[in-house]
Amino acid sequence: MVAADDRASARTRIVLADVVRRDSGREHPRTELAEQTRVGEALVRGLVRAQLSLALRLWLVVAVGLGGLPWLFAIAPSVSRVTVLGVHLPWVLLGVLSFPFLVVVGWAYVRLAERNEQDFTDLIQRPKR
Amino acid sequence: MGNGYVVPAIVAVTLITVGIGFYGLRLARTTSDFLVASRAVSPTWNAAAIGGEYLSAASFLGVAGLILKHGVDVLWYPVGFAAGYLGLLLFVAAPLRRSGAFTLPDFCELRLGSRRLRTLATAFVIFIGWLYLVPQLQGAGLTMATLTGSPYPLGALLVAAVVTANVALGGMRAITFVQAFQYWLKLTALAVPAIFLVLQWQADGRPAVTPPEGPTFRTATTVVVEHPATLTLPDGQQRQVRPGDELTFAAGEPVPQVAGAAADPADWLLPSTEADEQGLFTTYSLILATFLGTMGLPHVLARFYTNPDGAAARRTTLVVLALVGAFYLLPTVYGALGRIYTPHLLLTGETDAVVLLLPGAALGTETTGRFLAALVAAGAFAAFLSTSSGLLTSVAGVISTDVLGRGSVRGFRLATVLAGSVPTVFALNVSGLDVSQVVGLAFAVAASSFCPLLVLGIWWRGLTSRGAAVGVLVGGGSAGGAVLVTVLGPPLTGWPATLLAQPAAWTVPLAFAVMVAVSTATRRRVPTDVSATMLRLHTPEALRP
Repeated sequence: MVAADDRASARTRIVLADVVRRDSGREHPRTELAEQTRVGEALVRGLVRAQLSLALRLWLVVAVGLGGLPWLFAIAPSVSRVTVLGVHLPWVLLGVLSFPFLVVVGWAYVRLAERNEQDFTDLIQRPKR
Repeated sequence: MGNGYVVPAIVAVTLITVGIGFYGLRLARTTSDFLVASRAVSPTWNAAAIGGEYLSAASFLGVAGLILKHGVDVLWYPVGFAAGYLGLLLFVAAPLRRSGAFTLPDFCELRLGSRRLRTLATAFVIFIGWLYLVPQLQGAGLTMATLTGSPYPLGALLVAAVVTANVALGGMRAITFVQAFQYWLKLTALAVPAIFLVLQWQADGRPAVTPPEGPTFRTATTVVVEHPATLTLPDGQQRQVRPGDELTFAAGEPVPQVAGAAADPADWLLPSTEADEQGLFTTYSLILATFLGTMGLPHVLARFYTNPDGAAARRTTLVVLALVGAFYLLPTVYGALGRIYTPHLLLTGETDAVVLLLPGAALGTETTGRFLAALVAAGAFAAFLSTSSGLLTSVAGVISTDVLGRGSVRGFRLATVLAGSVPTVFALNVSGLDVSQVVGLAFAVAASSFCPLLVLGIWWRGLTSRGAAVGVLVGGGSAGGAVLVTVLGPPLTGWPATLLAQPAAWTVPLAFAVMVAVSTATRRRVPTDVSATMLRLHTPEALRP
């Protein structure tokens, strides 16, 4: 019983937000990036812009590819009547093909976003060598 | 039903969930375990856990029910629920992980440094969490009532009590393994019966899902009406039915049409056309809400912290997208076959029960049919338990830290009871609403409040705390108001009803516009450390000192 009580009193409650705040507040990490104020900031701005435009372009692909469908079905009802293996086209497109489509777009994004980051890392680390 | 396997299956799922939770907690006792062990989780496990927490009663029961009732137009629900993870991946996943924020209020404080905004975000987390908890409990009540014949409130109260007790006693706190187990259980519980159902449909000579004369009863059926409705009989007569009425149909007799469901087989089979402007608006509004709402759900974000870094957060999200997408192939099968084997659900209005009843109706009461029905019931319970536990943990977490003040364990327990009881009261009073519709409203509120906050906060240096606060209030407030009017207000018709029932198409752009406009007007309030924050959000961890 005593051991159990000891253990109970030794338990502390950790709020993750506090941990994060503590870490970031105490150390004030000044990377080389942050120190080279102008150049560093321009580089970060470039990275953010590259990542955002990548995200927006792929979002546009989805917006046209999937978001265009209700409009297409509405203005061209004959498209909805086409059947594939006995199933109407809207059911095939929405019920089956939309999911692999989303995964492919996501996969492309992960690859391209990682490439952007790699380019950025190379750019930062080159002067050191 | 008299299926002897159902109750043991439900009890087993509950016990396994609670059991794994307690066992896992004993393994992760020290604080370093709690912080570090979670980081050692591989993207695949983590993704299964996120999927397990995400696939709720709405996904498991509601989507198939909606498809049974409304047909092709509601396929946008599963597509949107999956596409939400693409939005999360493209705009939020990696930067959010790099920010180090554990909850949405944390993010607000880290990015904009405002305690007031944090409080506002807390209020919205609680509202969205409750709105999302209601349909989970509703689904539980419906499942128990359908399978065991118990009164509706019993199931809702039972699940609410189990989940609240479990979360309050610390049984299921962020244990990745439990949630990952739930994902695979839910997938199996839908996939295995679906295979048998399709084989049975083949064996029956592939009856048409939409015969030209409308759905018919395959067997002699007695239907007990549960909700008042207006039926249109095959000869064109109208008939009012009240709860408790019994209607008997012979085999082969056509199913009377119910006002509110897709009347004509072509409406069910084919998308709405140009003439139906409101239908088109509703579809686009739904697309916007689900595509953008996922990133604002409180229990989804908390899980991202268990990724080791931003790149892993991205990969995890991609795997989640694949897992969730695979799951959403299945409800369509149930919805479509439900037209053939359980058309009486269209009459009773209990379309959400199609997943539960279809195995028994199509495969008969032999051992296979009963076993599969029990499997589906177990999956449904896994859905309620995992999603409501995740939501309740998130809501109770913000209540105990931000509302009650830096909480002790006792504070957290009190917060849990508080967080669990409010949605329970609501769930007991809204049994007539479709599970998926209520969930759709929660997505609309999340898409109109947290989505603009996260997207602009991550990508736009110019966001100010005042702009964020006003945007969240206006966007989230109008979506939330629309929800309350829809759920509690008088019945409306025409455009006002459409605009309020699916508000995202106007509330999301409104929230973005207000946030940008007010931030631009209060430009001098842009945080001075915005460059450092942007650096932290967007640069790879490898470059940090």
